Amino acid sequence: MRGLLVTSVLVTTALVVSGCGGLGSDDSGALVTMGFGLPDEHATARVAVFRAANPGVDLRISEGAFDEQQFLSAVAAGDPPDLVYAERRKLGGYAARGAVQSLDACVREHGVDLGRFREAALRQVTYEGRVYGLPEFSSVRLMIVNNPVVRAAGLDPAALSTSDWAGMGALADRLKKVDDGRVERIGFDPKVPEFLPLWAKANGAELIGPDARLDDPRVVEAVRHTTDLVARQGGWASFKASRDTFDQFGANNQYVTGQLAAMPMDSWYINTLATNSPDADVTIMPFTDREGRVLTESGGQAWAIPKGARHPDLACRFLVTMTDTQTWVTAATARRDALTKAGRPYGGTFTADRVADERIFREVFDPKGNPILERGVPVVLSLQDEAFALPPSPAASELVRAWEGAVNRVLVGQQSPREAMAQAQREAERALKRVSGR
Amino acid sequence: MVVGERGGRAEGAVVVGRARRARRGAVTVSGREARAGWLFLLPWVIGFVAFTAGPMLFSLWLSLTHYDMLKPPTFVGLDNYREALVDERVGTALWNTVFFTVLHVPAQIVLALGLASLLRRAGRGSGFFRTVLYLPVMTPPVALAAMFLLLLNGQHGAVNGFLGWFGFQGPNWTTDPVWIKPGLVVMSLWTVGSTAVLYLAALTRVPVERYEAARLDGASPWRQFWHVTLPGISGTVYFTAVVNTIASLQVFTEAYAMFFGARAKQSAEGDAALFYVIHLFQEAFGSLRMGYASALAWGLFVVIAVITAVQVRLSRRYVHYEGERS
Repeated sequence: MRGLLVTSVLVTTALVVSGCGGLGSDDSGALVTMGFGLPDEHATARVAVFRAANPGVDLRISEGAFDEQQFLSAVAAGDPPDLVYAERRKLGGYAARGAVQSLDACVREHGVDLGRFREAALRQVTYEGRVYGLPEFSSVRLMIVNNPVVRAAGLDPAALSTSDWAGMGALADRLKKVDDGRVERIGFDPKVPEFLPLWAKANGAELIGPDARLDDPRVVEAVRHTTDLVARQGGWASFKASRDTFDQFGANNQYVTGQLAAMPMDSWYINTLATNSPDADVTIMPFTDREGRVLTESGGQAWAIPKGARHPDLACRFLVTMTDTQTWVTAATARRDALTKAGRPYGGTFTADRVADERIFREVFDPKGNPILERGVPVVLSLQDEAFALPPSPAASELVRAWEGAVNRVLVGQQSPREAMAQAQREAERALKRVSGR
Repeated sequence: MVVGERGGRAEGAVVVGRARRARRGAVTVSGREARAGWLFLLPWVIGFVAFTAGPMLFSLWLSLTHYDMLKPPTFVGLDNYREALVDERVGTALWNTVFFTVLHVPAQIVLALGLASLLRRAGRGSGFFRTVLYLPVMTPPVALAAMFLLLLNGQHGAVNGFLGWFGFQGPNWTTDPVWIKPGLVVMSLWTVGSTAVLYLAALTRVPVERYEAARLDGASPWRQFWHVTLPGISGTVYFTAVVNTIASLQVFTEAYAMFFGARAKQSAEGDAALFYVIHLFQEAFGSLRMGYASALAWGLFVVIAVITAVQVRLSRRYVHYEGERS
């Protein structure tokens, strides 16, 4: 019997101890990051620069996509990483909630020239006059047109325009191919709800800002215009089902197979196209507003230091190094060399650092005659400083959810554009009230 | 005689003493066993208190607060429950969830029972078929969701291709709000093997003599199934109905992976795939409203408890357990 008791006590202790294994904070002094991976030389070469300059620092890159829940739980539990890598548009909300630290002192101490960062990117990481993150990559939105399809319809790809909203319906009709309910080709994909900020801006309206309203008639008109385009190309169910079959990251992508004639898209896709289907015949051109002016939206990531980070000074040194002009040039060179070794062109690295981009595209850029890159990259570069960005908001996630939900309700026929955006405005007001008050 | 009496008393005293010692010993042994039993249970008890009961009580407290994970919770009484009662999305999510459950549970039971009946007749190959039937259950839910997005695609999916052979034009299963929930039910039948294996085990326990008696009485195969098989496996059917109902009311992973992705934003198909737990998850981790999400969680707990109570009550009438007096 005594043996039984001893056994049960030992087994219980072992199970409890083993169950608790792995818990507890890391007191080792390591510099820990969250949301950052090491997929290519852009990441590995820059990390190598930091390691070389700081050989005594135990840097631990926790690879994996940024997870908001994981991040906020860690901050709430007082056990945050030292650095977080996230979408810039999220930082305003984290700053308002006190989840990330101001970098003003860090920037001062290291003499970072904020003037070299692109205005739109810097605006996204600045909340109430203080900088909360240092911007990294920068993508813009532009038009990618499938030349053979458009020419086959008797149109000039270069003459395609997003300015004439009244004429875009007829254009989509001419380019689409819908057969007995099956969408064989999308003529023009407005990319809503994701690109609603761009369409609203094209109509002169902002979605976030002190005077912005989601039920603004100009926003409602943008929703109506874009959802009508979808409705006349087979309706949302068939349109989306067709879009879901695109082999977007493959050699048989929608431009090669002719499943799409034209759409606005993020600039990073140019590199994808150039790599996977270098012979795809496309025209890359700016998106324009209703007045015919060039319009684009900027996006990207930023580094920030969470509240309660154990090594803020080291973290500051890390993010300053990662976003430094020379570091970017080093990484771009490493990337180009690796691609050259694989016999592939290098389409450049688009950063939020204007000075870095100037050097990269002057000293490192090597398209190896790839027509997509040779024609597309100058367009992207010309747009970088023209871009607008959604300003930071303490309720950014909720606002995006509100307007995307509204557009989806219109797309599936549940609500009219006016009803949907009125509901979105009510939801946005509730969210703003929640995060700013209660 | 005296001696004898004395001796008898003495012997009696010895016997009584032994009995007392034996009783004391028995008590001591059973007490030790109980202590040992509790000690063996202790890891589970600690786990239950720390990881189930504790968080449940904490969530009950949170449901009475506003809590965004970064600032301390502030007590708001029943505000979150009041808001849940008027939240349009709660109504939509509940309707979607109940609709899915009403389709999924009977479909799962009927198909599983059919497959189990076939398996029972498979003879020597039954082991192989049992394995084949169970293998899909091993598919990770997210992989399953990704696979069915392709299979159910309304324009170029294999399911509609198959329907096309028979002259039917299939619907847009994954993009038409009307067909999204039926599509999810079709997908959920992929894991029917787990229920079918339980039914197979139950079917083999139905005494053969009953079938022989029924056949002698001239019962048709259908009447044999209705009057012999079904009562014989009613306990298992009841168990699977309860378990599948609870699981259906908590449907999340596949629907979330298919229609919401990792962005915790809106589904591109409107609210057709907005199930209750998805709404709860969005409120908790999309809007960081832990108090409100906790209230939603307790709401679901009550709904499941009520439905399960109804099922338990119905089971007294329809479920037959072997060895029980009818």
